[in-house]
Amino acid sequence: MRRTELEAVLEARGVSKRFPGVLALDGVSLALRPGEVHALVGENGAGKSTLIKVFTGVYQPDGGELRYQGGPAAFGTPLEAQRAGISTIYQEVNLVPMMSVARNLLLGREPRGRLGVIDAAAMYGEAERVLSGYGVDTDVRRPLRTLGVGAQQMVALARAVSVDARVVIMDEPTSSLEPREVETLFGVIRRLRDSGIAVMYVSHRLDELYRVCDQVTVLRDGRLAHTGPLAELERLRLISLMLGRDQNEVRTEGLTSFSREHAEGDERGSGNGAPVVEARGLTRRHVLDGVDVSVKPGEVVGLGGLLGAGRTETAKAIVGALPLDGGQVLVAGAPLRAGSTSAAIRAGVSLLPEDRKAEGIIPTLSVRENIALAALPSMGRAGVVSEAKIDRIVEIFMRRLRIKAASPHQLVSELSGGNQQKVLLARWLAVRPKVLLLDEPTRGIDVGAKAEVQALIDELAREGLGVLLISSDLEELVEGADRILVLREGAVVGELSGDEVTEERIMATIAEQSDGRADA
Amino acid sequence: MNREQLSRTLQQHGAVMVLGTLVIVGSLAFDSFATPANAASVVVSSSFLAIIAIGMTFVIISGGIDLSVGSLFVLGGVLAAYGSQYGMLVALLLPLAVCGVVGLLQGLVIARTGMAPFIVTLAGLLGVRGLMLAISDEGATTYLVKDRAFAALGQGEILGLSYPVYITAVLALAAMVLLQRTGFGQNVYAIGGNEQAAALMGVPVARTKVYVYVMSALLAGLAGALNAARLSSGVTILGIGLELDAIAAVVIGGTLLTGGAGGITGSVAGVLLLGVIQSLINQVGNLTSAFQQVVSGLFLALVVVAQRLLSKAQRLT
Repeated sequence: MRRTELEAVLEARGVSKRFPGVLALDGVSLALRPGEVHALVGENGAGKSTLIKVFTGVYQPDGGELRYQGGPAAFGTPLEAQRAGISTIYQEVNLVPMMSVARNLLLGREPRGRLGVIDAAAMYGEAERVLSGYGVDTDVRRPLRTLGVGAQQMVALARAVSVDARVVIMDEPTSSLEPREVETLFGVIRRLRDSGIAVMYVSHRLDELYRVCDQVTVLRDGRLAHTGPLAELERLRLISLMLGRDQNEVRTEGLTSFSREHAEGDERGSGNGAPVVEARGLTRRHVLDGVDVSVKPGEVVGLGGLLGAGRTETAKAIVGALPLDGGQVLVAGAPLRAGSTSAAIRAGVSLLPEDRKAEGIIPTLSVRENIALAALPSMGRAGVVSEAKIDRIVEIFMRRLRIKAASPHQLVSELSGGNQQKVLLARWLAVRPKVLLLDEPTRGIDVGAKAEVQALIDELAREGLGVLLISSDLEELVEGADRILVLREGAVVGELSGDEVTEERIMATIAEQSDGRADA
Repeated sequence: MNREQLSRTLQQHGAVMVLGTLVIVGSLAFDSFATPANAASVVVSSSFLAIIAIGMTFVIISGGIDLSVGSLFVLGGVLAAYGSQYGMLVALLLPLAVCGVVGLLQGLVIARTGMAPFIVTLAGLLGVRGLMLAISDEGATTYLVKDRAFAALGQGEILGLSYPVYITAVLALAAMVLLQRTGFGQNVYAIGGNEQAAALMGVPVARTKVYVYVMSALLAGLAGALNAARLSSGVTILGIGLELDAIAAVVIGGTLLTGGAGGITGSVAGVLLLGVIQSLINQVGNLTSAFQQVVSGLFLALVVVAQRLLSKAQRLT
């Protein structure tokens, strides 16, 4: 009777995938059965996207076995996987925006008339007929890009299903949908399930998972953390599985380098005085929903929440790197010009971004140049920068942050991840900020460097710098922050301070359902 | 008609509308403009550029660019004149074969190595011109068209219009069907619109790209051969900058330089528009033909700005 008795249509058996320096997947097994909606969840770096890419032929597994429809399978390219019946609906719709809706839907399968020429009338009729089943009621002659994201996604889904998909993988399908569109999508997903298609559903929105999914697989740090029926798994337990705070695990508290008095807070006077930066009602459609954050001098404010809750976006919004629909940022009481990162830097607000490689270091420049980059405008006189002054500042920071480089002129790309991160920290400290926003400052760096960065954050706060700390490492957050704001789906859902700053409280706050009721 | 439809119509048919307007204004302003002789002269002299622009339209819609067509045009002319001593068939097939091979090489390099079409066809532009100079003794030898039947292909007339005009019309119609009504045409649009998505949708990206560059080179060679037939000789000093005229005509015709949208009608209208602008400036007696380039340049800039605004207007809806 149970669906689990059916044979899996797509299965990973002990699949491993290694990248230089990282074991992205470590012996992961997952069975996807016909007619089930299977949630795949995990935090950043858990291995979700790697696993999806193994299933869809983007990556080849290094170890283990991939099985499809009862036999071993190896997909060399995404197209091969798709031809075999595994379709993926990505966050970014993978269609051709300038072509018409009908041509996108039917590309490669257009109805032909005489002489093998495409029969346009039949094509439009067919497209209308197919799409009406997906709640898309539009002129199919319009270019695809003139449709809303939800409708575009439906076209992608309709296309996937109409090419005889046996498995549909959806990567965060609801991240840019309106509530009404989400309902339509769920209707379609249930219909797919009832017709025997296996659906893999990747999302961080727990409410949605519980509404539409039958099974769940949790990945953590490239390993399988849990797999089983979703209904039997409590919300709080699911979150602790995702965040790696298993109750049965040995407690490792006290291993971070944050000083103990730090967590208690008041010794260095945090919590007193006017906020140095205050964000009010930060709003952006589908991303942020009226977020209020304030940081006082010498205070470390943590942002907690699951991946996709809006933590990074909040930090970006504060420095003006994310266009906003509403809200404002005040620095020392004065409003900041919206959408200008240089205004934010001048006012003393700096962001250490999450993605070091893409948004931080400039690999072709030296350590010295990377450090001096942001501070250059403030160091010069009439646009001319004194070399000696740069040398002095670079030297001070290299010593203070213990940056291990052969010389200031070494290419920053030759340094270790931890030292690169310190170079970035130095860059922002060199502009003498009043507030530093740190987005995952210790991710992907070795243990020693991690401890040094944590100690440095502590030290900076003691000197009066305001810090906004984003970390997926709950331990780091709890021990590093004086106060924690918990975000969920782009809104602040809880504020914890003093004794409330515990891992259990953070997880419980995330687990509360949207209607405010705890479901434990 | 709502704003979105209006802006879409303008983007697709703007060139035709402007062409019509310009012809009407020109006819009212200058007595000698709307004469059958002038019309025929504009149409005939535009036909060679139009043939090249047809091929260029496919290339640009696919997201590429072909800078080699001006050189291929001259090479085609010289080879046709040379080949005409062996008869009409050789005069036509020799330039097509050589240009086709050049297009095939360019297409293969672009499709297989992922090198930028700009660079690959720039190399083609230089290499082909060198090849042309080599076979014409640095341009000193001008081959004359020996075959009367072949010469007639460029010079014969029906209803006051020479054959190349009709050949261009047939090619344009065939290209329209190919682009709009075949799988190949859809693949060209898909690749130019989003290459990665096209690959995931099962479009044979590499093969389609190769076809597009082969087609462009064949059409450039054919235009050169027809031009040689018209001039009765393989003139070696033609075709410099012709690739840029073709690109300008295609863009003026509403095809996006970034690929993914456009059409043959627009490109033909774009070519005629350039011809009409030249003719109008000739009508204004005291302006030199250099002004034609100034006006064409300004016009191109205007079209690009207008397209940017139009595509924004569509996005907002």
